[in-house]
Amino acid sequence: MAKPLDYESLNENVKKTAYAVRGELYLRASELQKEGKKIIFTNVGNPHALGQKPLTFPRQVVALCQAPFLLDDPNVGLLFPADAIARAKHYLQLTSGGLGAYSDSRGIPGVRKEVAEFIERRDGYPTDPELIFLTDGASKGVMQMLNAIIRNENDGILVPVPQYPLYSAAITLYGGSLVPYYLEEEANWSLDFNNIRQSIASARSKGITVRAMVIINPGNPTGQCLSEANIRELLRFCFLENLVLLADEVYQQNIYQDERPFISARKILFDMGPPLSKEVQLVSFHTVSKGYWGECGQRGGYFEMTNLSPKTVDEIYKVASISLSPNVPGQIFMGLMVNPPKPGDISYFKFEQESKAIMESLRKRARIMTDGFNSCRNVVCNFTEGAMYSFPQIRLPARAIEAAKSAGKAPDVLYCLKLLEATGISTVPGSGFGQKEGVFHLRTTILPAEEDMPAIMESFKKFNDAFMEEYEDYRGYSRM
Amino acid sequence: MSFIKTPAVPVESINPKVKDCEYAVRGEIFNHAQRLQEELEKNPGSRPFDEITYCNLGNPQALGQKPITFFRQVLALCEYPALLDSDEAHKIFSSDAISRAKKILSTLTGKSTGAYSHSKGAKGLREMIADGIALRDGYPANPEDIFLTDGASAAVHMIMQLLIRSENDGILCPIPQYPLYSAAITLHGGTLVPYYLSESNNWGLEVFELKGRLDLARENGISVKAMVVINPGNPTGQVLSESNQQEIVELCRKEGLVLLADEVYQDNVYVKDKKFISFKRIIRSGYRDDEISVVSFQSISKGYYGECGKRGGYIELCGFREDVKDQIYKVASVNLCSNTTGQILASLIMNPPKPGEESHKLFFSEKEAILSSLGRRAKALEDAFNSMEGVSCQKAEGAMYLFPRIKLPNKAIDAADKAGMVPDAFYALRLLDATGLVLVPGSGFGQVPGTWHVRTTILPDESKIPDIVSRLKTFHESFMREFQD
Repeated sequence: MAKPLDYESLNENVKKTAYAVRGELYLRASELQKEGKKIIFTNVGNPHALGQKPLTFPRQVVALCQAPFLLDDPNVGLLFPADAIARAKHYLQLTSGGLGAYSDSRGIPGVRKEVAEFIERRDGYPTDPELIFLTDGASKGVMQMLNAIIRNENDGILVPVPQYPLYSAAITLYGGSLVPYYLEEEANWSLDFNNIRQSIASARSKGITVRAMVIINPGNPTGQCLSEANIRELLRFCFLENLVLLADEVYQQNIYQDERPFISARKILFDMGPPLSKEVQLVSFHTVSKGYWGECGQRGGYFEMTNLSPKTVDEIYKVASISLSPNVPGQIFMGLMVNPPKPGDISYFKFEQESKAIMESLRKRARIMTDGFNSCRNVVCNFTEGAMYSFPQIRLPARAIEAAKSAGKAPDVLYCLKLLEATGISTVPGSGFGQKEGVFHLRTTILPAEEDMPAIMESFKKFNDAFMEEYEDYRGYSRM
Repeated sequence: MSFIKTPAVPVESINPKVKDCEYAVRGEIFNHAQRLQEELEKNPGSRPFDEITYCNLGNPQALGQKPITFFRQVLALCEYPALLDSDEAHKIFSSDAISRAKKILSTLTGKSTGAYSHSKGAKGLREMIADGIALRDGYPANPEDIFLTDGASAAVHMIMQLLIRSENDGILCPIPQYPLYSAAITLHGGTLVPYYLSESNNWGLEVFELKGRLDLARENGISVKAMVVINPGNPTGQVLSESNQQEIVELCRKEGLVLLADEVYQDNVYVKDKKFISFKRIIRSGYRDDEISVVSFQSISKGYYGECGKRGGYIELCGFREDVKDQIYKVASVNLCSNTTGQILASLIMNPPKPGEESHKLFFSEKEAILSSLGRRAKALEDAFNSMEGVSCQKAEGAMYLFPRIKLPNKAIDAADKAGMVPDAFYALRLLDATGLVLVPGSGFGQVPGTWHVRTTILPDESKIPDIVSRLKTFHESFMREFQD
């Protein structure tokens, strides 16, 4: 009799799911690390792991919330500034019994109100805290929404290629169909509506009902900031095709150019007015893991629903209530992120200083990395306009591709493995994110410390140029 | 440009599994209670009670239970490590809290609670948990078989997702059960195969009942993959005897069932004649790894620590092959990792201060105070229910709940039918409207058809118990008078 835990008896969807960010390359890198090799992990957007320091103010507030007895200590003022103390008291009061109690399944109402106020300040349009749900990280929110939408394998979700593989993994896990639409690398990874229309038509001809569309803005892994025109056209498209738009905006604080600042999909939707603003269904995601906060380990996130029917919202609430509540410290981090120290607050100056330093450094590193990649043989890299990644195109010579085939590996996987062995730099092959047939990339983060960057890029160039020398035929490729 | 809309497929047609699943603990009665609370806040005195008392959910700190000081000291230091270097801190924090925080930080990626950890949870923390398990059971535990999760509930979902391929896959669940299981099985598209606990036998688990249900399901074409055992029980509160546990393990081995051992109440045992014994220990003392597979669930939300809001828990896998463990790891990695505060707490509850350590005295007194109070409250409420006409309540040997049976008169059942409600929900709603007490109808947990129960927690502050008892009794008497046959 086949046992329930035989590999064969497991849920097929689980077996089919892939998530390259912590896949083959990462596992190999961990092995090498155990053997004593120095590894630079650039496979995941994990700022604190690479030396970024947490912002001081939120840590002070959360520490006080974790240990409220500190507030009763006469010496507390020697350890914590007065505004951190006040803010801790404020959040403790909003909880239903401190950090150890399950909160409302949608998140603490007072924090959701702070999120709503943030959104209103950002966009200039009011929003309803009842339509904002806090989650254990944005990933959980994405999974909840996809689980609500996907009924069976005939339900399709439009996903950008390249994409952050949470989307492909979740769609597989929930038994739906991924409908890819290709971003245009030569046009700075912008949306190509002809391609999108083709994708949706092709899916429909196969009997797929396309229900939703994902955009990631700023992009992961691609780093582009979408233009307002692009987003408008996208919203019109969703209106016409009756798609719910899932707007992953977790990198909205990470903007490294001034031509295209971040504008939320919601703001643009409301700017467009009725009928779109009243009819297009939109879910927007945000997190404390990225930006200049980088508090990945806290698992704090939210999603905001626009134009979903009350019955649908109720069902989503019901599912959230089965898991009782998101973690409360993560919720407080979210409150602090949307409601940071203001000018005049005691902690404002230090907070501003710390934030600016991180943002300026990220901007510099985005530039260093892009330029560094572009100086390498057969490597072309779009500028990282936003988010935390660099996604250079590696023009692999034909012989390298053959060598990969013989080794039974995807060509970019082979390249990344060799890069890892030679330099200790642990990246994620582009095949983990999706790419056009025959075009190869890798994703790295821009997170290694600024002072380490030149050496890292140097090390990469040395490896790459030697690799190209080894595998190139005498014709070579011309660089853009 | 003219807009031509294609035929609509509204999001209203969402996943039917989402629509089908239910969770009574935060269901209709709870929603009604929230509305009443809002009303009371707007119009104080508008109801025959001053406050809503939430007895629907095992949420100790929401009802006044204090967290364990040592744990919170360590968490504060981990969250704001600048404290570790300050002189003032050494006056406020005990030295063993400081050294524990330093040790924990050294195990974290980037030495920060702000970095994603390993997807199984930080290795050093898993090692601490493994040590705690070994101390508890007398058998070693492997940190590689431990997965830290955002609460035990998240782990239940993970395992159900792994095991269930279609509605032809069944999971044996106790009736009454904690409705996370029924909800998760529905959400993941499987079939719940019920086995009834024996109320008259203090909610005991009878193997012939189990076997009967298993065989029946198989006859109906269900491939039964696993069996859930909640020990100590929720909502029923029984602590299984060791011999009962041996029978269960043997049955699972024989029938090729994965044993899902929900042991989140392992630190809540109130009777002197029973002890918590982990299923892991039962297996290690008699079975080989290839004979039986077990998943043991633990949580930081219960016990004497009650840290529900932090969302921490873990599973320990026993008798799992590498290729299956790889799949679990892969699914865990899609969410990257569980929250670090929860991970830290899981390592603390499994490795609390020991005798001789600076914080032990305070820790022990806090722990004992909470546990002895829980025992007293359990007894007081049990006695109260048993004194009520037509109500019988089994002893709460452990966990945090009482599940009294109420013999509802036929008139009440008719009234419930007319109101379109299940009889115990009707009773619970009337109780709420009259007293402000929020209990969960037994129908939310499952019960033998024709019997009615309600579940209450034993968590309201001890000082409030006499008043709660008197409100319950008064309501019940008047309800029985109103509906007497």
